This record gives sequence, C-alpha cells and structure tokens, in this order.
Amino acid sequence: MKTTAEKEITEVTTDSISYRFKVKSSGLVPRSLALLAVIIIIAILAVIMFNIFLDGIGIISWGFLTQPPQQGMEAGGIFPAIFGTVALVILMTVAVLPIGVLSAIYLHEYTSPNSKITRLIKIAINNLAGVPSIVFGLFGLGFFIGFIGTGIDSVFLEGNRPVWGQPAIIWAALTLSLLTLPVVIISTEEALRTIPPELKDASYALGATKLQTIRRIIIPQAMPGILTGAILSISRGAGEVAPIMFTGAAYYLPYLPIKLNDQFMELGYHIYVMATQSPDVEKTKPILFGTVLVLLVLTFLLNFTAIFIRSKMRRRQISA
Amino acid sequence: MRRILVITTVFFIIAGLVAGGSSITIKGSDTLVRLGQRWAEEYMKNNKGVVIQVSGGGSGTGIAALLNGTTDICQASRDMKEKEYKLAAQKGIDVYRISVALDGIAVFLHEDNPVDELSFSQLKGMFTGAITNWNEVGGPDHRIILYGRENNSGTYAFFKKKVLNKEDYSDYTQTLPGTAAVVNAVSKDKYGIGYGGIAWAKGVKFAAVRKDNNSQAVMPSLETVSNGTYPISRELYWFFNGAPKGEIKKLVNWALSAEGQKIAEEIDYVPLPKELALKNEVK
Amino acid sequence: MPTGARGRTPSTISINVKLMEKYRFKQKSRAVEFLGEKFIALNAFIAIIAVLLIFIFIFKESIPIFTSSDVQKEASLHKMMIKQVYYEGRDAKWSWQPNSDVPKYSLLPLFIGTLKAAIIAMLVAIPLGVGAAIYSSEFSSKHIREIIKPAIELFAGIPSVVLGFFALMILATPLQKILGSTFRLNAINAGIALGFAVIPIIFSIAEDALTSVPRSLREAALALGASQWQVSLTMVLPAALPGIVAGIVLGFGRAIGETMIVLMASGNAAIISGSLTDSVRTFSATIAAELAEVVYGSTHYNVLFFIGTLLFIFTFAINLCGEFVLVKLKTRLQGEY
Repeated sequence: MKTTAEKEITEVTTDSISYRFKVKSSGLVPRSLALLAVIIIIAILAVIMFNIFLDGIGIISWGFLTQPPQQGMEAGGIFPAIFGTVALVILMTVAVLPIGVLSAIYLHEYTSPNSKITRLIKIAINNLAGVPSIVFGLFGLGFFIGFIGTGIDSVFLEGNRPVWGQPAIIWAALTLSLLTLPVVIISTEEALRTIPPELKDASYALGATKLQTIRRIIIPQAMPGILTGAILSISRGAGEVAPIMFTGAAYYLPYLPIKLNDQFMELGYHIYVMATQSPDVEKTKPILFGTVLVLLVLTFLLNFTAIFIRSKMRRRQISA
Repeated sequence: MRRILVITTVFFIIAGLVAGGSSITIKGSDTLVRLGQRWAEEYMKNNKGVVIQVSGGGSGTGIAALLNGTTDICQASRDMKEKEYKLAAQKGIDVYRISVALDGIAVFLHEDNPVDELSFSQLKGMFTGAITNWNEVGGPDHRIILYGRENNSGTYAFFKKKVLNKEDYSDYTQTLPGTAAVVNAVSKDKYGIGYGGIAWAKGVKFAAVRKDNNSQAVMPSLETVSNGTYPISRELYWFFNGAPKGEIKKLVNWALSAEGQKIAEEIDYVPLPKELALKNEVK
Repeated sequence: MPTGARGRTPSTISINVKLMEKYRFKQKSRAVEFLGEKFIALNAFIAIIAVLLIFIFIFKESIPIFTSSDVQKEASLHKMMIKQVYYEGRDAKWSWQPNSDVPKYSLLPLFIGTLKAAIIAMLVAIPLGVGAAIYSSEFSSKHIREIIKPAIELFAGIPSVVLGFFALMILATPLQKILGSTFRLNAINAGIALGFAVIPIIFSIAEDALTSVPRSLREAALALGASQWQVSLTMVLPAALPGIVAGIVLGFGRAIGETMIVLMASGNAAIISGSLTDSVRTFSATIAAELAEVVYGSTHYNVLFFIGTLLFIFTFAINLCGEFVLVKLKTRLQGEY
C-alpha cells in the first residue's frame, strides 16, 4: 500500500505543470531568514548567560557555596538552598523513577501501540506534560497537604499540631514527581525502542519469563534512556518554583531539612524571594546573581549530561 | 544506582520518623520577616539547642498558619480581621496578641523627583486614580506610575484604610510581590510612587506626609514614628495561641527587652516606647 | 526508524558460555508473573489517575462558587464575567479587587492580561522557533544541526524563574527606553521573556514534523528540477504544516500557563486596555501572588482555585487538539505504519 504522501507524489509527477520550478533563484532570502532565527536564538542564550555570568561570578567562592545566609540574607552564602534543592530532587527522583520506568515498560512491552488503553495513557501523559506548573502547586496544596497529610494527621493524632498536614519537603517532592513523570516516561520509551527485538527473543529462548526478561535484559539495556530521563527530570525539577511555593519552600530556615515533614529552602525560590523581598536590592545583588548563576550552571550541567548520554545511545541505535 | 536510591529513601524515612527536638516556628508578615529572622539568629546564638524557624509569606499566611496550628508565633503587620477572630473562636484558639515593634509606612519617590511632600488627600487622589499627573501635585508634567503591594498584604490593607479611606486602589497600580520589589521599581522609575515599611527603603527618597492642610508635613523617621507624629504608622504584632509559656515566653520577653529592641533599631525597625514594651512583657 | 537490528547480539550470546550462566533463568510461578504484570500496569495508570485527581481536587475547591449562596453574593459566574455596578451611582465596570470592602472578582482584566502576554510571546516565539526549525531540518549540514539542537535544548533547560529574573533585572530598563513606554514592567517585557520559554517547544515539535516528511517526497520534487529551497518551501513545509501548527498551539498552551516569568516581569496591574505597553496581570500570576496570603476556605480562595480549574481545562483542551493534529500528521506522512 502506498502512503498518502507517495500518492501525492504520483499526482505531482503526472500534474507536473503546477510544479514546474524556476531553477534560477538561489533561495538566499528564505535561507538567510531561517539562519537569522537561529542566530537570534543563540544570541539570546548568550546574552542571558553572559549577563548572569558577569554579575554572578564575582561572589562565587567556597564560602558562598557552603555557608548559610546571614544578616537577613544580606551576607553569607546559599548552602541551605543548595542542600534543599538536592534533597528535594533526590526525593522526587525516588518517587518518579520507578513509576515512570514501569509505565514506559508497560506501554512498550505489554500493550500494542494502537490499543485503546495505550492511547488513553498516552493522552494522559501528554496532558500531564501540558498542565501549567502553578496548577500542580494548587493540586499539591489541595491533595497532598489538604487531603493526604491532613488525613494522616486526623488518624494518628487527634487535635494536636499537624505533623503532615502542612507544607513539607515530601509534599513538594511528590508534586514535582507528577510534574516530571512525562519526562521520565518519554525518554525511557525512547530507549526501549532502541533495544533490538532479537535480544528479547534470545532471552525467551533461554526460558526466561517476561518479568525476568524485563528485569535482566530490558531494564539494563534501557539504562542510558532511564538515566537521561532521570537527569532531565532533575533538571526540570530543580528549576521549578511555582509548584513548591505553597507546598514546602520556605523563605528562610536556620536548619537543613532532614525530616520528611520539614520545610526547605530552594535555589529557584530563593531567587524569587531575593529578587522581590530582599531588604536591600543593591546590596544583595551579587548574592542574587550568584544564586542565579549556581542554578543555571546546575541545570546546564545536568542537561549537558543528558544530551551526551542520549547522543551516545542514538549512535548505538544507528550502529545496531 | 539503585543502592543509592534505596539508602537515601531509608535514610529519609528513618529521619522522618524521628521527631525533632524543641523548635519554635515563626511565620507571617513579610514586613516583619527580617526582624523575626534577626531575633532568631541572635537568640539562637545565646541559647544553644533552641531552633527557631522563620518564614514569611504575608500576614494572611501567618494568621492562617496560626489558625491551622502550624505555627507557634504569627507575625502580622495588621490586626486580625473579624472573620479571622471568629474562625479562631470556632477552632478553639485563644488568640493572644502583643505588639513587638512599630513601623512607619513611608511613601517612596524616585530620588530625582522634585516633589518633597504630599498630603493625605493628594496621596488618596493619586492612589485611587483621581490624580494622574505629577503636575497636579507640584511635579513635572508626566503621568504618575503607581506601585503597590499584593492585595492581601498587611501593608496594602493598612495603607488603604489609613490613606485611601477604604476606597479601592486604581486598577493601574502595579502590584508587586514584596516591599523590596516596590522599592526597586520606584528606584528605577523616575515617575514612580510606592509605599512600604521604612525598614525596607534603600535607593529611594521618602516624601514628607501631611495629614491635612493645617498640619505640618512630617518625614518618617525613628523619632517621628516612635512619638506618633508621623501619621502613617502602625504597630507590628505577634499572635499566639494562648499566653506564651516556656521557651516561647523567654523569647518574647527577650525580644521586648532593651537588647531585643536595640536589634530592631539596628535594622531600621522602630522600637516600642519603653512603657509599651514593659507592658507587653508576658508575666 | 530502523527496520530491525541485524544480528550482532544473538551470535554473541549463543557462543558465550559465561553469558549462558549469567542468563540461566530460574523457573518462576505464574502468580509472580501475573502480579508483576498487574503491578507494572498499575504504575502506567498513575498518569491517568493523576490527571483525574488534579482536576477533581482543584475543581472541588471551586465548587462553592456554584453552590454556596454566600459565595455567590460576591463571586458568581455572572459576576465574574459581566460588568458590575459596585457602588451606587457609579458606572458599571470590570474590576479585580478581591480585597476591597466590596470585593470585586471580575475575571476579564486577568483574561485580557493573560492573552496580551501570551500573544506577544507567540509573536516572539513563532518566527524564531519555526525559522530555526526550518534552518535546522532543511538548510543546515549535519554538523551544524548537532550544534543547534543541543543549544536549543539548553535554552529549554533555563528555569523559568531565571527568565523572569532576567526580564525583571536586566531586560526591563533598556526595553522601556527603546519603547518609550510609561510602564517599566509591562506586557511586552513579560511577553518577550515568555517567548523565550516557548521557543524550544515550537522548535522541537516543528523540527520533528519537518524531518518526518518522507525522503521520497523531496526526491521527487528534486527530480522535477526544483532547487533545495524550493523543495523546502513548496513541498516539505506544506506537508509538515499541521505539525508546525500543533507546535504553535502547544507553545501557546505553555505561554498561558507559565507563572514565574509573568509574576516577576509583568507589573501585575489588572487593567482593561488594548495597549501592549501597559502592565498586565495574568491568571497564573494572580494565583501565585494571592494564594499564599488568602484565608483558607474564603470566597477569594475558591475563586483562585476556580482560576486554576480554568487554566487546567484550557491547557487540557489545547493539548488534546495539538496531539490530535500530530497523530493525524504522523499517519498521513507514514501511511503504512
């Protein structure tokens, strides 16, 4: 059977008068316009990075990275924010990775791509990816804190001070894990597609069951994709502010979040707070730019790693 | 990879089960957050083992937290509303209020703005949108750019009540998420005007404020707010559930002591007059 | 897509005894197998459950707008949409003043603000995103493409709070000078930064659509004597057009829902005006700015969740449309797949 496009081509060739091309024009105009778009985009990227780098690099030092803020954030470092961000994304990854990987495996190994259930799940995943981050924040507040957290409290401690029914790092992490779920699923799926079917056949031939094949063959083979997904979701999660504003991020804390129901400081939120609420904008400007630089470098490093792993994986796919 | 994940999970779960030691939570007004934070810093330095957690978010957030029982101390730049008192009574919360410092709401102008003083009626006109050009108040011929706070902040409500006689702000008021953002915006806008606590202002100039045509224009300062001559000033509150006891009581009385009030003064808050501070101490 | 891997792996496995040992599978019971599948399936359904829960829990908090007469006195659907006379003797108007003595919850100023910021974002992002996608897929060599794509992925990796920060601290002042606008923080300032967030989305979807146009189509046109760019503009572009449109639509969805950028860079004044140099207040920024300080369970709280519901429904619809177009396009371009 011919594709629609190929049919069109047949029509084109028979009806070639309407597709008679003038050979002479060089196409310089469309080409340079398209090139201009690329140049502008890269220039914007450069301007953003240059400005932030220039104003932020001065303050970056070991002390800045390892000290807590002092004197009402007018001095000191951003260690608690870095720690909070790391703790947050670790928790988030712990929650999202198994769910995301298993979802992708289910979609790829257990169902046919055209079945109703697959289509439904895919629609849900795509929509989840499109839900605005602030809506995730509302949801985290309404569901995790208001429903689950308060629910736990009402069962275990009647009338006392809430332990779980309040903003906390665990709720922020879970909210973020829903937000980043599509990222993990999509990149795991991509990796699953690169696994040669012969491998699976060989595994079955050796007497392995489906579950064993998944555990011993498919997951190890898909590891680069899973890793890419994890890294991209961490990069995304580390930069999101709107979902954690109401679910656990705090303006200032004198201690680090070590319990699941602690609040926490976070780099992105710290930037927002410092940019809008710091007492002396001029004085805190270096700290502010330094914080932005740290966040930017962090997300860029993560993205670079993901891009690198993925390009290696794609090369494997081509050579396979 | 998996091992790392497992270990961290287990660590967090165990850590989560071990309930922490004595910690005091302070939550609420953005106007007060700096003061609370400084007090916490100093108090923790002198009293090892006490952990004080300070967060902002606004007076509304603090009051909501107090009503939900998620904070020990609620900082607020306004008194609780009737609705909130009612809600507190419903929830069996015995609201205990003391003032811990004073605050003057300054009117911010750009440093190059030739206008030096404004009366209440002029301010009202400007912020409600009746006066739109600076030349109506003795300035250059240019549109007035209004900056204000988000509509649930204590500062917003106080300025509205005191200066605007409860009328609405002009729709053209740009509402910014923090007083610092207002200060920052006005410092970059030649024709801007904003308002906010005097503790926040750097890089802008204050306007002297006249209550009516017969009275003198007063610049906001430590003295004028403290002695009550500056007309737009208010008390800043701490709210508790019942009279504070134990460590919290110690903290409160320390904050009201000469030492605590001096720290407030150092970071541009206005200390309470001595008699009021004494009166507020928890017995 | 590779049509199938050619036999590197099977031979490796078949001759390697050590590998045979490694892959000697123990018999497992059917129950384990069954439960395992069910467990994996359960995970896959979390995405569906999550979407449903998000809708339910956000909508739940806005229900009083439809049921409680107390809430409706201040904020009924009618009052949120239609001009209201708030004070006797004054003109009817649309106004967002939730903390007034007469609370006003008109959504129109917010709607206009959201639309203005999003439209500017699209004006920035469409030419740049589509242009770059065309360059990358049609005109560039493989090497150049391997620079462009990661660069744009890095762009996508910039957290929105950083873009908001950039617009607030760096972009706003020079932009005001260029535009000569009265407001330093305005729809254009926020819209440009918002556009930066949308570019990568449009780029990646448009690029994907362009590269998935079958080679046979290009070759046929080339054979007819068309030059490279003529092929691109007259054959490939029209064929991939639905995909590009889908990218634009999905980008628009992002522009409507993005929060931190507009919260920091738009000035947040709820104004009804046609001017793009006025400040704007968007739906998303309104939620972010006001929710933290609102009295729980109050009318204001309900209205903010109602706005969240609207955002959710709107982006849901946009995503559904975008996906639909993309799936159609894929089947059209790859008939037998």
